[in-house]
Amino acid sequence: MLFSELAAPFLAPDALHIPDGFLSAAVAVAMWIVTAAFIAVAVRRASREFDDRLAPLMGVLAAFIFAAQAFNFPVAGGTSGHFLGGALAAILLGPWAALLVMSAVIGLQALVFQDGGLLAMGANIFVMGIVTVWVGYFVYQALTRFNRFLAAFAAGWLSVLVAAVVTAFLLAFSGTASLNVVLTAMATIHAVIGLGEGLITAGAVALVAAALPGRFDQQVAARKTDRGTWVAGGVVLALLIGVTAVFFASPHPDGLERVAEDTGFLHTAQAPLFNIAPDYVVPGLSNESLAGVLAVVLGILLLFAVGYGIARALSRRSHRQAEGARPEPAGKGS
Amino acid sequence: MTEINGHEPVLHVHDLCYTYPDGRQALNGVTMHVDHGEKVALVGPNGAGKSTLMLHFNGILKGSAGRVRVDGMDLVKENLGVIRAKVGLVFQNPDDQLFSTTVFEDVAFGPLHMGYDRQEVQRRVEDALARVGIGGFAARMPHHLSVGERKRVAMATVLAMDPSILVLDEPTAGLDPRGRRSLINLLRGLDATMLVSTHDMALVAELFPRTIVLDGGRVVADGLTAEIMADQRLLEEHGLEAP
Amino acid sequence: MHIDLFDQYRHAHSPVHALDPRAKLTAALLFILAAALTPDGAWLAFAALGALWLAVALVSDVSLALLLRRGLVALPFALAAVTVLFTLPGWPLLVIPLPLSDGHLVISDNGAIRFLTIMLKSWLSVLMALLLTATTTFPDTLRSLRGIGVPRVIVGVLAFMYRYIFVLGDEVLRLLRAREARMAAGPPGLARRSGGSIVWRARVVGAMVGSLFVRSLDRSDRVYNAMISRGYSGELLWLDKPTLRAADVAWTGAFVLVLVLIELWARLL
Repeated sequence: MLFSELAAPFLAPDALHIPDGFLSAAVAVAMWIVTAAFIAVAVRRASREFDDRLAPLMGVLAAFIFAAQAFNFPVAGGTSGHFLGGALAAILLGPWAALLVMSAVIGLQALVFQDGGLLAMGANIFVMGIVTVWVGYFVYQALTRFNRFLAAFAAGWLSVLVAAVVTAFLLAFSGTASLNVVLTAMATIHAVIGLGEGLITAGAVALVAAALPGRFDQQVAARKTDRGTWVAGGVVLALLIGVTAVFFASPHPDGLERVAEDTGFLHTAQAPLFNIAPDYVVPGLSNESLAGVLAVVLGILLLFAVGYGIARALSRRSHRQAEGARPEPAGKGS
Repeated sequence: MTEINGHEPVLHVHDLCYTYPDGRQALNGVTMHVDHGEKVALVGPNGAGKSTLMLHFNGILKGSAGRVRVDGMDLVKENLGVIRAKVGLVFQNPDDQLFSTTVFEDVAFGPLHMGYDRQEVQRRVEDALARVGIGGFAARMPHHLSVGERKRVAMATVLAMDPSILVLDEPTAGLDPRGRRSLINLLRGLDATMLVSTHDMALVAELFPRTIVLDGGRVVADGLTAEIMADQRLLEEHGLEAP
Repeated sequence: MHIDLFDQYRHAHSPVHALDPRAKLTAALLFILAAALTPDGAWLAFAALGALWLAVALVSDVSLALLLRRGLVALPFALAAVTVLFTLPGWPLLVIPLPLSDGHLVISDNGAIRFLTIMLKSWLSVLMALLLTATTTFPDTLRSLRGIGVPRVIVGVLAFMYRYIFVLGDEVLRLLRAREARMAAGPPGLARRSGGSIVWRARVVGAMVGSLFVRSLDRSDRVYNAMISRGYSGELLWLDKPTLRAADVAWTGAFVLVLVLIELWARLL
């Protein structure tokens, strides 16, 4: 019914760049915290991998993704498919470097072109720099043994689809949109847009594999998915499941707007000044769902920290074993 | 010590060989030297190894055999920092050379990394920009400059480091006649030792008393420009043309 | 061929331009946070935020018309919020019968309040971000990011990126033009539609993206070479601006105080 109207903005290239104002302060801040943790880890890991080449390499490649997003190709009815690039970056560079590249792209778009908000930047990086990258990376790694191009296509397509679903949840969580409508619209439209992403990703992977045969195969083959990457992937998955669960576990069948209505979302204007009563913790989000968000975020961060610690301890031990076994450990570990 | 004409040259390359990772032999025993105050042209067809040779002068590439000495110093790890300040390498494409967001930051890059303090960095930037004739450009962004202006800034980025020798790769490539003329005037006015790789034979005849011809990864001629330009057979053999 | 991604900086000699970029960035972020925290339907608070923005904009000497026009960039996203008009429970304001069925859509008062609130928040945030970009050069923005503690590596990546989006943007334009120049129609009477299938077209774009990546890798190698030949050894150095002046602190403090007062007032209304 409302689909054609709803469709318009989501077909624009910026469908996933959420502007400020559309996310509640609590959701925006929570996403900033999660994103900042990911970026901090990515900086350390990528610095280790690329050493003093990191800044020029990531900078030029971020410019590459930014420029590649200008490529469009006519689909039908005056609309065109656009390119996001998260999955491609993940395939070519590995997830951590890809996260840095995508963060720079999103940051610059917000800072210079007002494409996506500043407060919403944490969420935008989460959606386009973490979700697309990890989905793209794992899908490609899982399928590439069967067929490289099919794997790249699936990685591109699914990365956009999942990113759209996450965006829908963030909007619904913020009380900005009704979940079932926005989820259906975003998922349907991006299932189509994602086809373009998948095709471009596959085409680009084909060309890079042909142009740099040795370098590409070596790099992708050598990029064993280590524990840190698995943990981060698990965190993304847990976050998605956690957010969904909190959403659906809410005692009110018709979703957050009902929660909001019941608990005073709409009455905050009449609420006493920063009432510390249990009903209001942070204006703009009800106590209940705020607790939900915080619980999920803290739980995930804890999980992340513990998992990362275990992974590091394990990889250090396996290093030592490797060094003990061989007189001269060749190549980089982890 | 390898002394030539009784003193140590600024740049001394002896029997240098280099093979690309893909197995292609790029340099095949290059021997040459440049003395203080000389202005030398390096010519040769595409693929002769000119750019590869230049990347050896400050240790970006390391030859498989032979040696490179700068101001009497061997090109070894301990000397790299000093040698990189002594050899002012200007790349062919100014978009590779100018990687900062403003002209000031780009020209300041070298001096900052040499460890100078704020006043000295500022002084060197202003001085270098003035020497290439674009004094007021510090706050501009490289993207907003013309190709000729970008080439000047690229030269300022190394002049600010006060090098012993200026090594330029194709300085006039891609310039229109007016830009080329003003660059030639700039090169003529610069009081510096220079080694310039180029296809622009008119430029060679006009500015450089001495020419080195490189082909197939080795030096095939080295002498007075006038004599080389007069040797029709040599020029033809190596795909060159007198202006 | 030259890409100029409409540089949004507007040069002028206003007190806003002269303010320390770190102070400006902090103030703008707090303004946007304040807008996000303002309760639904607190129209007077939104008006006050708008007035605060207007005051800064007038001092900044940047064309208001330009800012207001560019301020509409987030407008298309409004459709994402349209559903709240119909789904928030409340008094019906407007009933729209749906064609081809017996159903109808009801706009509720709460829905309308929420929708307008979202639009106002978004608009004010975009306007403030625009004002920040219009009065701060990008190199200054980078300086301010370093100043508020963003890791140097990230600032470095942003700096290189900003430099090379123009260079690579030019390359993209050339590639697109080369494609366009050869997108000819077949001779009349040819059975197939010209232009190829969507899959084929997308793969052409994919190949362009791939070759741009290969070129970018090469370029990053050359840039790295240019850096190490000027003494780079892994640490990015900048000449940073000196400490904040008293005036920067005072103006930013006053701005933040007004924000806090507005937010307190919004809850007392």
